[in-house]
Amino acid sequence: MPDRIKHRFSGVNLPQLTVMSCMLAAFTVVLVLPLFSLFSNAFLSKTGGFVGLANYARYFDTPSLSVSVWNTIDISLVSTVFSAVIGFLYAYALARTRIPFKSFFKYTALIPIFIPTIVHALGLVYLFGNQGILTGLGFHTELYGRFGIILSEIIFTFPQAFLMFYVALEYADGRLYEAADSMGVPPLAKFLRVALPEVKYTAVNVFFVCFTLAFTDFGAPKVIGGNYNVLATDIYKQVAGQFNMNMGAVVGTLLLIPAVLSFIVGRLMDSRNTGTISAKSTTLTIKKSRPRDAIFFTLCAFVTLSFLTLIASLFLGALTKYYPFDLSFTLKHFAFNMSTGGMGSYFNSLEMSLLTAVFGTVFVFIYAYMMEKTNGLGALRKYGKLLSVLPLALPGMVIGLSYIFFFNSPENPLNFIYGTVAILVLSNILHYFSVPFFTATGALKKLDREYESVSESMNIPRYKTLLLVSAPLSLPAILEIFMYYFVNSMVTVSAVVFLYSAHFKVASIAISHMEEAGDISQAAAMSILILLINVFVRLLYELIIRLMKKRARRKEAI
Amino acid sequence: MGFLEVENITKKFGRQTALDDINVSIERGELVCILGPSGCGKTTLIRIIAGLETADGGRIYMDGRDCTELPASKRNLGIVFQSYALFPNMTVHGNIMFGLRQKKELPRDEANAKALEVLRLVDLLEHKDKYPRQLSGGQQQRTALARAIALSPDYLLLDEPLSALDAKVRVKLRGEIRKIQRALSVTTVMVTHDQEEALTMADRIIVMNNAVVEQIGTPREIYNHPATPFVANFIGMMNFYEREGEVCAIRPENIALADRRDVYDASAKIQSLEFKGPLTRIHGILPGAEEIFVDISSEAVDNLSLRENSMIFLRMPEDNVMKYSEGSLI
Repeated sequence: MPDRIKHRFSGVNLPQLTVMSCMLAAFTVVLVLPLFSLFSNAFLSKTGGFVGLANYARYFDTPSLSVSVWNTIDISLVSTVFSAVIGFLYAYALARTRIPFKSFFKYTALIPIFIPTIVHALGLVYLFGNQGILTGLGFHTELYGRFGIILSEIIFTFPQAFLMFYVALEYADGRLYEAADSMGVPPLAKFLRVALPEVKYTAVNVFFVCFTLAFTDFGAPKVIGGNYNVLATDIYKQVAGQFNMNMGAVVGTLLLIPAVLSFIVGRLMDSRNTGTISAKSTTLTIKKSRPRDAIFFTLCAFVTLSFLTLIASLFLGALTKYYPFDLSFTLKHFAFNMSTGGMGSYFNSLEMSLLTAVFGTVFVFIYAYMMEKTNGLGALRKYGKLLSVLPLALPGMVIGLSYIFFFNSPENPLNFIYGTVAILVLSNILHYFSVPFFTATGALKKLDREYESVSESMNIPRYKTLLLVSAPLSLPAILEIFMYYFVNSMVTVSAVVFLYSAHFKVASIAISHMEEAGDISQAAAMSILILLINVFVRLLYELIIRLMKKRARRKEAI
Repeated sequence: MGFLEVENITKKFGRQTALDDINVSIERGELVCILGPSGCGKTTLIRIIAGLETADGGRIYMDGRDCTELPASKRNLGIVFQSYALFPNMTVHGNIMFGLRQKKELPRDEANAKALEVLRLVDLLEHKDKYPRQLSGGQQQRTALARAIALSPDYLLLDEPLSALDAKVRVKLRGEIRKIQRALSVTTVMVTHDQEEALTMADRIIVMNNAVVEQIGTPREIYNHPATPFVANFIGMMNFYEREGEVCAIRPENIALADRRDVYDASAKIQSLEFKGPLTRIHGILPGAEEIFVDISSEAVDNLSLRENSMIFLRMPEDNVMKYSEGSLI
């Protein structure tokens, strides 16, 4: 029936099909093909012959290598438990108690997000290292090795745990607590039987997210790992040290396991965890309780104080002449040595992060728009949705390594981007794609589907609707995505460590090189520069959002 | 051939049939209502007419031209959605100009003049610089209407345009929409589930149920001569009862009361009386345990001092009784 065939294609709009196909093709090139080359290399010998699982067998037969697997599981597990528990209590304090200074606590909890993981470790060196401030006060710890890594990963993963729990606890169904009160349930039982079950799905998610972050982190073990080997440092040694690319690929695939697991669990939970908060929910009124507030306030103060001390130690190191021997003020550490990257690396980082933020935001938003607001194209759309969530399961090091395999191959026509800022930007856009995608999709879902229908009936081209209606209405989400991309690109180490070139070193890498070269004060100084720009961008974002809200209120008042 | 011709349109969503071989012909300048319960396929039909949805089979002709493959943008129509879909970041005036500015051949001042003209037509001139959320529901609705007619469309499509409004505003806007439609004599298709809306506004009504067209006709035809028991039951109140293997139907207001000694068609026992102002609805039970509703003037109820459990005798004039073959009853 020719009629039927004609109908099948009549719903497809050619410009939309073209845009969608181009975006999916680009995504395939930067995600699927590189991963494919990574996997295939894990099964090849050095000379390029197929060896099946021989590389894996050799890996697990070499105790000096396979011990890293257990080490990594060990530190990830311990740090996850700590950060989940502290993160929960911290979030509970902010959402469900009446402690003062809540917004101060909320923002200081985010400090670790604004600096590279290398810097968390660096701060610890300042505090607990051989000449550390606290060491001088009599705290003797075996910082280098397991303890240091765990401490560092707790700091790294804490903000994630806190934020996830906070979102879960922020919106409470007051009816449950009113019901419990009316039945005379005591406070502790209420906490255990009502509050905890509310966050059980979140808890599983937190566990996997933190575990994966700690499992794949490269920065902290690099600085304070000592002789304690983990997978992330192994992969680096294999690839950058011994040029054993196939073994690197093997470790890379191992690095994927928890991420893939957490990804699957996350998907399963999403389908089950459909909110129980309904329009009928009442807001929870938090009762007065001095002992409770005192306990939670102490906890929050302790965590906040720890972070501030960490940051203060960086300032102390960066702004004094020769810590700890000469504590007089100086700015000389900001005159960075050229050999470790110099000021240029900071500007490179800014350039890379801005490019990532600009191109990433544009790509994410248009991509989300195509997924959310176009009709038809069933199979393409499914493929697109799959691609959009895959980056969640990809650690930065795996992306970096797969990019070496894929883009550095001489046969690849895209070989020319290797060693340029472009490949760094691409890897960052991909690495941090999923969260912005969810943000954009969420914002677009809130918009009336009929905006597109009305525009269509008025013969308004789709790009104009996107530009003049959907984008302005989603501006808060767009700014959030921009900020997310910028901040993460400023602090990332794992995705770029394989991809930067001698001509284009970025600040986070420079910090690790300064630390290696013994220029700890310069490393601290560079960390401060990163922290400052990130905090500045964040404040700018908050300010703009606040102004927009104000303007919207004014408009309404007319 | 009509100004808008829907021919053998079929649409399935998965296994669910939304439209099954729909044929409709609409004349130039007519206002036609598509009326039916939710899920009957009426919204799918209007979306296919609009070009926002593609049919699995069949053709759409507009002014004699085959438009089946054309996208909405090429069909020259104005649409008002249930949600209005006003762009919240643009003023009332901006919403209307957005579409007008797409016409390259139209100079800016002419576009502006056109916008002001439609705003005057819907009586919103003084609100033109407000944002949608600053307007009342009725004003938002009128803005959406103004936006739809600003481009002088050949067809105006209204998808449940009044259902988000409260009862009073709804009644007022019915008249206004009808007035504007007449003034512009724009061919209009309106989807609604509200029978009163359809009866008061439409030149003709298309009654749909379960993906098929049950009847097409003027409001009078539909009310007085419902083609199927579904139409009879869906529009207005209808009594059904069985006589000699046939399904008979009569409206409550067409049943007359008779005296016990007169000739009567049925007797009933009064179950309850519902006072509705000038009329009272009697809920009675026939000897066969069938329910029957009878509307008579409240005055007569008082005169006859009818009350619960009293017997009444009913006359059902042959002209007013509709007969359907057995098994066609829903």
